[in-house]
Amino acid sequence: MSTTNIILCGVGGQGTVLASKLTAAASMAKGLNVRSAETIGMAQRGGSVLSYLRIGECASPLINNGCADLIIGFEPAETVRALSYLKEGGIVITSDRAMMPVTAALQGSDYEGSKMTDYLKSLEGGRIGKLVIVNTDDAMRDLGSPKVMNMVLLGAAARGGFLGEVTIDDIRQALVKKVKPQFHELNFKALEYASV
Amino acid sequence: MGNEAIGKACIAAGVNVVAGYPGTPSTEVLETIAKENDGSIYVEWSVNEKAAMEVAAGAAYSGARTLVTMKQVGLNVASDPLMSLEYVGVQGGMVVLVADDPGPISSQTEQDTRTFAEYSKVPCFDPSDAKEAYEMIFEAFELSEKYNTPVFMRPTTRVCHSYQSIDVRDYAEYEDHRPDGFVKDSKRWVIFPKLSYANHAKIEERNVGLSDEFSSDERNTVTAGTVRKGIVAQGISYANVKDILDNTEGQKPALLKISTPFPFPEKLACKFLKSVDEVLVIEELDPYIERHLLQVCGKYGVNVKITGKLTGHVARSGENMPDLVQKYISDFMGWELPSFEKMNTPELPVRPPVLCAGCPHRASFYAVKKAMKGKETIFAGDIGCYTLGNAMPLDMVDTCLCMGAGLGIAQGVGRVKPDTKCFAFVGDSTFFASAITGVVNAVYNQADMTLIVLDNSTTAMTGHQPHPGTGHTMMGEFTDKINIENILRGIGVETVVRQDPFKLDEAVRVVKKVADEPGVKAIIFEAPCCVLFKPETPYEVDLDKCVDCKMCIREIGCPGVVLKDGHVAVDPALCNGCGLCSQICPCDAIGKAVKE
Repeated sequence: MSTTNIILCGVGGQGTVLASKLTAAASMAKGLNVRSAETIGMAQRGGSVLSYLRIGECASPLINNGCADLIIGFEPAETVRALSYLKEGGIVITSDRAMMPVTAALQGSDYEGSKMTDYLKSLEGGRIGKLVIVNTDDAMRDLGSPKVMNMVLLGAAARGGFLGEVTIDDIRQALVKKVKPQFHELNFKALEYASV
Repeated sequence: MGNEAIGKACIAAGVNVVAGYPGTPSTEVLETIAKENDGSIYVEWSVNEKAAMEVAAGAAYSGARTLVTMKQVGLNVASDPLMSLEYVGVQGGMVVLVADDPGPISSQTEQDTRTFAEYSKVPCFDPSDAKEAYEMIFEAFELSEKYNTPVFMRPTTRVCHSYQSIDVRDYAEYEDHRPDGFVKDSKRWVIFPKLSYANHAKIEERNVGLSDEFSSDERNTVTAGTVRKGIVAQGISYANVKDILDNTEGQKPALLKISTPFPFPEKLACKFLKSVDEVLVIEELDPYIERHLLQVCGKYGVNVKITGKLTGHVARSGENMPDLVQKYISDFMGWELPSFEKMNTPELPVRPPVLCAGCPHRASFYAVKKAMKGKETIFAGDIGCYTLGNAMPLDMVDTCLCMGAGLGIAQGVGRVKPDTKCFAFVGDSTFFASAITGVVNAVYNQADMTLIVLDNSTTAMTGHQPHPGTGHTMMGEFTDKINIENILRGIGVETVVRQDPFKLDEAVRVVKKVADEPGVKAIIFEAPCCVLFKPETPYEVDLDKCVDCKMCIREIGCPGVVLKDGHVAVDPALCNGCGLCSQICPCDAIGKAVKE
């Protein structure tokens, strides 16, 4: 059986870990084997974070360069940073909203998200097989919350059929178990938000 | 999670007493046991690893199954009791869980507990994934009880923090251990040279026997190859090797996994070595297996070429990530490496971890920095979130060595150049764990220094564990808070000032005044960790008043203050409402956001 290899990357505090845990729980509920690994501790505070998630038979939770079927990026520069993991023609789903690191702000850096998304677009059809860019400012405004971007991105991945055998219904069921009831509706809306 | 699996296994194995000190990547083991047991297990966060080891040892003397947890550098703190404990032995099963951190990802050192196991003569297990870790716990307790010895369980970060679907025991299969209590026997429990001599001989003999036992342990697996080449691996490196071999067609090397590194399974290794002409060892941290294989070659007269870290074929430091493992195997087997087109990625911003928006440590550091401007100073830091105070623009951590070291470092620097204003910064949990002796030393030896206690009422870095100053324990009981000011006054520190760091002008005045006094003096900056509370109303920039001097960004480096379209702005999603930036702004342009 083939393994679906997923990289989730972003900035500490953006909710990559919850998205990864939810997908893992959804996979397990289906009786699929799953392995994953996350960044915890010192590396968490506003630094770059990367989670590995593998659904199917495998020995290690880590993903080799050029072997990821899908990258879910919560921040455009972090998506570009993780690109070496993507297999030729793999799928990328990313937020377009840049988060300026303090160090870059201090140096007067001109870091902009559009530079990263333009670069990603230039690879579409070649190195990147399919690219989905989510306008995060619009999503946050439309959904009325900055806290559910992880579900917007994960929902796009599930509805696109990019999570292997895991479907959007599996994700919804896992969400019901992991998230407090008062947030269910918002999260469900977030899952359906992005067009794929 | 691997750590949860270990915790669940300990509950199922009928552990009675659990003690530990938080430290990434070990912390979740104890937390899992505290959260998931039915109330019959005693669980404590001890004040430090030495205390935890001793509590666990005492319980194990009394026949209880015990677990003690820590990260690898914590083992250094606990090494004094452990070294002697191996000579004395235990009655109930005792597992010493030490999580190692190749990389290192969140530690000071890349030390290897397998090497420590050999040094301390304590048997050691090394799981390669969460499933193996779960099963090994039962075996570790049994081995401990069979030989009356503490046993190491040594997972690494990628085992501790990786998730995997595994089968766990049903509640009906849980073991029940009822300890008899301590039985007096001074010939057994009081360590004297005569006892140590006698037990040393027994331990060495036991370990020879254990080496044989481990040689037939099913955890140490051999996978046959198609050529006379072999790979020996352990832990997550083994998993990475296995994935690559499983996904490769054609000729395969033989593969030996070592899950019981000490006492080293020599006979198994010898048999494996005789089946091949050349071996590559892929392991993390020390070249532990590699050294033992070389030893086996010499001892048993086997003529096999051993390559690995010692020969430069495997990196001597850092993690064995899959791409590296792929390269090592390809070089060894003469395979072609898959090549990737070089990508011309745009320049990426560096993104090191930073103090959170609203972190009280930022305010404390800034107050000291402002007060000491232009003076000859040393800012000795310590272990915790506040180590991040070293980042620009604060630049307020000149040294960081190990838990509690800042006090001694500050004193030593002062002995060389007495005119230097010497500061030691220490968090509340670290203060209790290992800074109190440093204060006693400073007072006794009449040092001239200022101690800054950054009291945020929690152990923030490892995930907010309780400690002696928080007023509650891991068993959920409420206790009297141990008061840091009283401790300092009791030791003889006469000047102790408690200050809210977010009242910037006041804090700066206090630092100036206190630092000018002679002798040992202390300031306790009191403000709770911002992660524990709901954010206050965020601040915002009044663009009519702001002159874009960017002083707010340059002075404190808060992640909540950003540049938007070239102008300073507060990111409302990140701002915690601490108001430090508003006290720095020379134009009075930053104020609380008005709710619409």
